Amino acid sequence: MIDAIQKHLLQEVAGIHEVPQGAYSLRVNGSLSGKQDSENITIVKKEDKPGIDIYIRPGTRNESVHIPVLLSQTGLKELVYNDFHIGADCDVTIVAGCGIHNSGSAESEHSGIHSFYVGKNARVRYIEKHYAEGDGNGKNIMNPATVVEMEEGSHMEMETSQIKGVDSTRRTTNATLAAGATLVVHEKIMTHGDQFAETHFTVDLNGAGCGAHVVSRSVAKDRSRQSFYSDIRGNNRCSGHTECDAIIMDRASVTAIPQIVANHVDASLIHEAAIGKIAGEQLIKLMTLGLTEAEAVEAIINGFLR
Amino acid sequence: MLELKHICYSVPDGTDIIRDVSLRIDERFVAITGPNGSGKSTLAKLIAGIYQPTSGQIILDGEDITHLSVTERARRGISYAFQQPVRFKGITVKDLISLAAGKSMTVSQACDYLAEVGLCAKNYINREVDASLSGGELKRIEIAMVNARGTRLSVFDEPEAGIDLWSFNNLIQVFRGMYERTKGSILIISHQERILDIADKVIVIADGAVHACGTKAEILPRLLNVQMGCRYTKEATGA
Repeated sequence: MIDAIQKHLLQEVAGIHEVPQGAYSLRVNGSLSGKQDSENITIVKKEDKPGIDIYIRPGTRNESVHIPVLLSQTGLKELVYNDFHIGADCDVTIVAGCGIHNSGSAESEHSGIHSFYVGKNARVRYIEKHYAEGDGNGKNIMNPATVVEMEEGSHMEMETSQIKGVDSTRRTTNATLAAGATLVVHEKIMTHGDQFAETHFTVDLNGAGCGAHVVSRSVAKDRSRQSFYSDIRGNNRCSGHTECDAIIMDRASVTAIPQIVANHVDASLIHEAAIGKIAGEQLIKLMTLGLTEAEAVEAIINGFLR
Repeated sequence: MLELKHICYSVPDGTDIIRDVSLRIDERFVAITGPNGSGKSTLAKLIAGIYQPTSGQIILDGEDITHLSVTERARRGISYAFQQPVRFKGITVKDLISLAAGKSMTVSQACDYLAEVGLCAKNYINREVDASLSGGELKRIEIAMVNARGTRLSVFDEPEAGIDLWSFNNLIQVFRGMYERTKGSILIISHQERILDIADKVIVIADGAVHACGTKAEILPRLLNVQMGCRYTKEATGA
């Protein structure tokens, strides 16, 4: 059903070899290749535009949904809408990811708009991986947008990573939190060559006692460029923290603009941003263990982006 | 066996940090001691290859390693525990012990090295070697790394600093155990009398030069007198 290149992409973005167990939706080269519901999770293809609605029944626990997207046909451009409706009191894991193999000379582009409606007291772990490869000159472009609406007492952890091969990316994440909701975001990015990556986070802390923790770690190599923008707005009694930590190498360029806005006297907000090259003493320590300088750099970057 | 021949080291502004140091290290435990700022840590960095001497030769088991890199010296059997251990974001204790041992390790193998330095392994094995660890914890992990390498020459720069609640007896047991496994030499920079006490040879460095070198029986009484009567100052000024 899927070929060797697609299997490899699937391994990279979802860590699986075959179609997943449980509920899943697999999109290959611009169309739905397969989907499966579970007792508590229903996946419905949208009629008015490309994409799917995923309905997770209230109280669903310890279940996961995989929605990988694979592109191996050069020049394909698509915009997909995926909406997640997560019922109250759920505890679920959602694994999304996009893998592009572009062996031609035309641009391949996948832009996914993911919307999460997280019900009261639900817990969601969302894992998203972006990976691209190719042996032609065609560019690989991904412009994901994520919208998160969190109801009272809900909790969401987002882990996003883009480690290799994506030539250009503009990522936006907008979240609104009701009372007692918590959002934790861990973003990992590595760019090389002439790649470009830009991320925007906007978080509105609307409910009393809600909190957000947005952490970005990135490595910029060669002549690549990265920009990080975050805007955390405390509109109630809340806590917010945004942190951008980047390793810069070669002739790369990194911009970090964390912004915090307090619109309430009990909003407690912190931002941190650090950009620097790998510390010389870290390299020397690993070299005293017998690693070459190149091996030491690799070990430090692998740890940093773990 | 490590031999330093007429090693000199100056910083770019011309200040001499190490002045014509010649030493042989082939005993089990060799302690280097001396006042703060006398050049002890610089000497350790010259041995590890972090600094290159301005002149002189460094010989390891008959091979001239003066111009070898840090990596090449490490691979030939020199280990170096930093006075101030380095922190890493994302790299775990298990990663560092595995890198030190030069092979991937099971949790229980890595735990053995941690237990030996008095760390409850389960609490530490998957922790990042970052700012969340205290100075004393980092020092113990640093020692565990050198232990995991098990090389023929191990250099420790003030291993006891920051290890407050852990008795020196345990530290000394670690060194004895290390010797039993490697049969190599262990060079310890220290101010602690109880560490000097186990040394087969004690070298006193003062103002970048070897001030005295001998068995502990010869050196220790002189050192104690110096500390009490401040004889260095008297000797230096000719008083």
